[in-house]
Amino acid sequence: MREELGYKKDSFFRRNLTIIAPAVVFVVFFVIGGILFDKFFTLRVLLNLLTNNAFLGLAAVGLTVVIISGGIDLSVGAVISTTAMIIAVLDGSGMSPIVAVPIALLFATGLGCLMGMMIQYFDSPPFIVTLAGMFFARGLGYVLSLSSIPIDGEFYHAMSTAGIKFEGGAKLTVPAMIFLFMVAVTWFLLKHTKFGRTCYAMGGGQQSAFLMGLPVARTKILIYTFSGFCSGIGGLVYVFYTLSGYGLAALGLELQAIASVVIGGTLLTGGFGSVIGTLFGVGIKGTIQTFITFQGTLNVYWTPIFVGVLLFIFILLQKVFVATTRRGK
Amino acid sequence: MNNYTKASFVTRFLEGLKAIQWPLIALVVILLFNLIFTPGFFEIEIKDGRLTGSLMDLLKRASPRLIIALGMTLVIATEGIDVSVGSIAAIAGALAVLTIRGGDITYLATQGTSTVPMLLIIVVALGAAAICGLFNGILIAIVKIQPIIATLILMVAGRGMAMLFTGGYVLNYDHPTYESLGIGDWFGIPVPIFLAIGTFLLIWLVTTRTPMGLLIQSTGGNETASRYSGTNTKVVKIIVYVMIGLCSGLAGIIFTADVQSADAAFIGLWIELEAILAVVIGGTAMTGGRYSLAGTVVGALIIQTLITTLLTRAVPVQYTLIFQASVVVIVLILQSPKIKELAFKRRARKEARSHA
Repeated sequence: MREELGYKKDSFFRRNLTIIAPAVVFVVFFVIGGILFDKFFTLRVLLNLLTNNAFLGLAAVGLTVVIISGGIDLSVGAVISTTAMIIAVLDGSGMSPIVAVPIALLFATGLGCLMGMMIQYFDSPPFIVTLAGMFFARGLGYVLSLSSIPIDGEFYHAMSTAGIKFEGGAKLTVPAMIFLFMVAVTWFLLKHTKFGRTCYAMGGGQQSAFLMGLPVARTKILIYTFSGFCSGIGGLVYVFYTLSGYGLAALGLELQAIASVVIGGTLLTGGFGSVIGTLFGVGIKGTIQTFITFQGTLNVYWTPIFVGVLLFIFILLQKVFVATTRRGK
Repeated sequence: MNNYTKASFVTRFLEGLKAIQWPLIALVVILLFNLIFTPGFFEIEIKDGRLTGSLMDLLKRASPRLIIALGMTLVIATEGIDVSVGSIAAIAGALAVLTIRGGDITYLATQGTSTVPMLLIIVVALGAAAICGLFNGILIAIVKIQPIIATLILMVAGRGMAMLFTGGYVLNYDHPTYESLGIGDWFGIPVPIFLAIGTFLLIWLVTTRTPMGLLIQSTGGNETASRYSGTNTKVVKIIVYVMIGLCSGLAGIIFTADVQSADAAFIGLWIELEAILAVVIGGTAMTGGRYSLAGTVVGALIIQTLITTLLTRAVPVQYTLIFQASVVVIVLILQSPKIKELAFKRRARKEARSHA
């Protein structure tokens, strides 16, 4: 594509630098963990990483698409918590999961769609609109219940224990499978569909995307709808993971999700990035957390500090990357 | 024609009122609603030599939010945003309480009245807040990271740092002078109100009596043009972020003085959203360049009055978030270019008809 446009094709390394960089960091972190701690370098820890960060990862997957298109979605954490809350309340009233889960997902997707329409039709900044969405979703969660609601439904219990077992106590759980599946779906959407190409074009420049005749309005609404849907799935995974719904769950998750996306190499200015990078970004964030658990003496409050420092370093790297790319052309 | 004659004070005051007419009308409507439907809303009693009542409580609660919102007004005026204010407040509050306790987090009960000088506490708390602001400012002005992301770093890491300072404990203390900043009163009026008025006057003086206000407007309006016309936009931005850092620090001090303890997990939680909301309701454009400090004051009062109204009408606390979200959506729709265009067309048609 780039060659057709008369650009010199970058080397494989250069094109995929933003995926390779987080992948290398992830592997290095994991190896360091293996050297420092006994039983760290195992399939079990690796798969647990996926399970423990599945709902964060799902939010980050949706966010990747939003950020690539040059937007932002701050409502992800609140939507996760409220979706889980809706499932918990409906389950408590004896509703079958066949009905309850679609209702909860419909809420998440619908809210995303509404935010997208607001951003598109009223030209409001995504930051403020999704902030309002976050307030709304959290508020709704509080209205449903102020305390944590346990979930007793058989289906949810079956889902939370199901999984593919490996040697050494490793298990690929349902949350991990859903996360990986959504990463694959999103990768396909971004790489091989018109929707994906429009996302990248919008991130590169919305005006030019519009002038190229791309369906900017429709795509914008779809992007936020998709992000809402991903967070909704995240809420479902949260239910499988904790078997409860809680209004204060996933507090501040939106920032961790943004951090994971950035660490995964997606440019905050839009137009560049990949969901595979996000997978590694989530992995890096999870590895730091596992480090602290294994180390034992470090305070848990170090996690946000480490994530912040890492976010800072990766943003600086992005700056350097963008600067050298510009010089190259 | 001399456009530069200084208008009389009254004219200027009326013009200022006109600029913030919509938020003012909204505030008056909510207050009128309370006057009619909430008995005793405007009653102010004197108890033990201090004024008490819903209205005083409302003003006191609005004060720390207003202080942060004022700083946020300047930041948004430079086309920026600061989402780290809550974390900076937590850092400042945690450090202030830590200073009072002599850096000791190991004992949980307070051991008698602390005698640490007030000046030291304030310098430590505000100093840390200023450094946080400086860090944000440098990232945004010199490294040129988008403001929302640059301040996101401190928002994530800052609360972790505050939690680390307090060891995750809720730290209480005994220091009457420091406490008075939150629960005390001067001449019967709660101290936080004085602090908010002081902050407003200070920022108002800095922006009207020095070129700072003009420089902020020009930086937010068109950064490239201001740079070419000789404005050092980098310095302007850094100053603005240090200012909001100091505002957040002061709010953190008020929060911890108000409850006589420091809980780093909750100091200033959600405050960034409320501050931005107050600024937007007050008519400051998110696109930068135009701002109104008076509008922000009205915006902060609207939010607090709404919350107090809901609470006094026995609406459960949990509905306030939904309510705030609805307010944002309404303001956004009213501010949206499409609605303005419609209103403009209508006015133009009307005028055309009256001329015909």
